[in-house]
Amino acid sequence: MTSVEHARDSAQPNPKPAYAQPRLILYVLLGGAIGTAGREGLSLAMPSDGGVPWAVLIVNLLGAFILGFLLTALAARKPETPGRRDLRLFAGTGMMGGFTTYSSLATDTATLYETHAGIATAYGLGSVIGGILTAFLGVLLGGALSRPASTGRAAA
Amino acid sequence: MNAGVFLLAVLGGGIGASLRFVLDGLIMRRVHNGYPWGTFIINSTGSLILGFLTGLSDSSVLDSAWLFIIGGGVMGGYTTFSTAMVDTVHMLQKRTYGRALWNAIGMIVVTVVLALLGLLLGRAV
Repeated sequence: MTSVEHARDSAQPNPKPAYAQPRLILYVLLGGAIGTAGREGLSLAMPSDGGVPWAVLIVNLLGAFILGFLLTALAARKPETPGRRDLRLFAGTGMMGGFTTYSSLATDTATLYETHAGIATAYGLGSVIGGILTAFLGVLLGGALSRPASTGRAAA
Repeated sequence: MNAGVFLLAVLGGGIGASLRFVLDGLIMRRVHNGYPWGTFIINSTGSLILGFLTGLSDSSVLDSAWLFIIGGGVMGGYTTFSTAMVDTVHMLQKRTYGRALWNAIGMIVVTVVLALLGLLLGRAV
């Protein structure tokens, strides 16, 4: 961040919480629309096969990975500046929140359950366990890449 | 599927996401033990509503285009899987295993039961 950006950011203290600021709500709305376009686009391109919505599974696992990476990389750069908060809300809360979905996961699992209880259980539990694993990978990678380079470059 | 329906779903996803942002903020202001009840409540209500809409579509009360716009768009943007997963990882890292189990397994069980309830209600209309 340049000093100009920093001056602009610190010149606008806003006492309202983030969720009550129209500009930030708009960032989440824009990010959410982009994320939804990605999810619905992939869902249309890849219809569910044998009742298992593969597109939603891929979207959810990928989104969990990206959010884990993003939040960890941003959290490593403390303190959170208004610019980085805006990025977190646009790309994290908005884009990844809109890209991934829990309601489709639950409803598809419920629908599958009526006809194929075994597949439904595998899909529901597999999504959650897989999502924790990909989110964990994202957190690890985000932490590794944003660790201060204490040995190499920092010495130069 | 025409472009207009797709664009409405995309706009709906944005509206759903911003609704989640505001509602989560309002809920978390009242939660003092740090558990992310906002996401839990949002995913639960969203699953109930999507189940209901899917049931309405099954009983031909709701047109499939509107199911795509309100269900896939608004409810898809409103609920979130990624936040629930990253929160669970943070709970595991803090060794709060009970919370992590509830956030992972409790949430999927509760939301599937609510979605099933919504489906049956929607089909009964």
